[in-house]
Amino acid sequence: MADRLGVLPAYWALLRGQARSQVSYRTSFLVDLVGNVGATVFDVATVLVLFRLTRTLGGFPRAEAMVMVGLSAAAFATADLAVGNIERLRQYVRTGLLDAVLVRPLGALPQLLLMDLPLRKASRALFGVAVLVAAVLTAGIDWTPARVGLVVLAPVCGVVFFASIFVTTAALSFWWIDSGEVGSAFTYGGRDFTTYPVTVYSGWFRAVFAYVLGFGFVAYYPALALLGRADPLGLPVWAGWAAPAVALPAVLVAALAWRVGVRHYRSTGS
Amino acid sequence: MFRTFAAITGSGFRRYSTYRQATLAGAFTNTVFGFLRCHVLLAVATGAGGVAAGYTPDQLATFVWVGQGLLAVVLLWGWNDLAERIRTGDVASDLLRPVHPVLNYLAADLGRAGYALLTRFVPPVVAGLLFFDVAIPSRWSTPPIFAISVVLAVVICFGCRYLVNATAYWLHDVRGPMMIWTFGSGVLAGLYFPLHFLPDWVTVPLWLATPFPSILQTPLDVVVERDDWPVQVGLVAVQAVWAGLILLACRAVQGAAERRLVVQGG
Repeated sequence: MADRLGVLPAYWALLRGQARSQVSYRTSFLVDLVGNVGATVFDVATVLVLFRLTRTLGGFPRAEAMVMVGLSAAAFATADLAVGNIERLRQYVRTGLLDAVLVRPLGALPQLLLMDLPLRKASRALFGVAVLVAAVLTAGIDWTPARVGLVVLAPVCGVVFFASIFVTTAALSFWWIDSGEVGSAFTYGGRDFTTYPVTVYSGWFRAVFAYVLGFGFVAYYPALALLGRADPLGLPVWAGWAAPAVALPAVLVAALAWRVGVRHYRSTGS
Repeated sequence: MFRTFAAITGSGFRRYSTYRQATLAGAFTNTVFGFLRCHVLLAVATGAGGVAAGYTPDQLATFVWVGQGLLAVVLLWGWNDLAERIRTGDVASDLLRPVHPVLNYLAADLGRAGYALLTRFVPPVVAGLLFFDVAIPSRWSTPPIFAISVVLAVVICFGCRYLVNATAYWLHDVRGPMMIWTFGSGVLAGLYFPLHFLPDWVTVPLWLATPFPSILQTPLDVVVERDDWPVQVGLVAVQAVWAGLILLACRAVQGAAERRLVVQGG
């Protein structure tokens, strides 16, 4: 254990170096910060535009749907900030950076994450959290201690869940170097899926995304529990608390996929 | 001249036909997003009492699935070839060629679009046909107008990408313009929701004063037969004007860049 803690200063140095280099061009960094909010602002604005045409979406009025939007945006944007750049694993493999990382006496995954941490995405994460706060304050939630706990627990589990999806889909490229866009279907696709009530979707598509992959427990079920609404699809109220039970297996799958992937990796040979 | 253009187009087609796995991965992802967007827009129509902003559910389904197919044909995102060549100085060899750089890149891009039409357009559209009730064009005039509209959309989108990339002549780092383009183009072109969902005082100026709706919204409105054929032709005429303006702008920007260009190492 002491050995493991001994490497922390090394990680800290990586993070500090990365932060310093990114902030050194101040104007450029500020423009990046502002520009990056754009993506999440458009996602939220899209939902508001849709509610111009209809009073309810999948049976939920705007104030209630915004709780799901907030949970999804806060969780996704924070996960994207922390580990989103791992989707560049293909480039790391292609340019040989991964080889350099593997020969160092530090974990490969934390190194890659810290060496390429996109600090400019911090603005997006803050905006996501702001949307969540505004949504839960205006949705008329009947606050109990349990719900206060849930409004913190759910986004945290959502971050862990999305981070696991990022790592798992990135690990795909250890086997399939051109898999790039397939990952987006589950990372950005997962974000889009969790933004809307699960009742919007139907059939096998809903079953796969919401229950098999577990995206339903990131925003939809926690939101139901916060709002005190029964699930039109018939799951009991405690489903809102199932987020950790979904996040934990997701982490295990991601860790397994990453480890097996790194073992499988045979460099480019040059 | 025509033979040179055709040869470059052919090479663009062949270049992209070598990226088979990436093509497969891209088609899969477009299809997944088709499911996501289609379900959401159909829920909007249900909530709005059946018809949303003049679109029936069948028309919305066609709008989404043809849109997912066209996304890769017009190539909204992910093209930075020119910016990379400007940054590295390779663009110098483009300037030595007897073909104007804009024409050269346009020809190659049309070849790329042709390949995408075969491989990236068809899978999402077939998925839409299999899993949803979609509106099929009923008038004989719609397919030819749609075909012209798609070609113009490719030219306009190419021109916009060229202009965004060309900022590298002045900026050296195109991440800023590229980011604005990536975030703005999807919404403003009508990819996330049909632009008619917005109030008219936003939609009409957007349509006439910016090229964005001409990139996706116009061909999609044509294929779902939202309007009668004279209006369809009018929308395509707006596209034609934008295609001309954008290509002229590309030529002007390229000319201005060449006057100030100092290529590294020579």
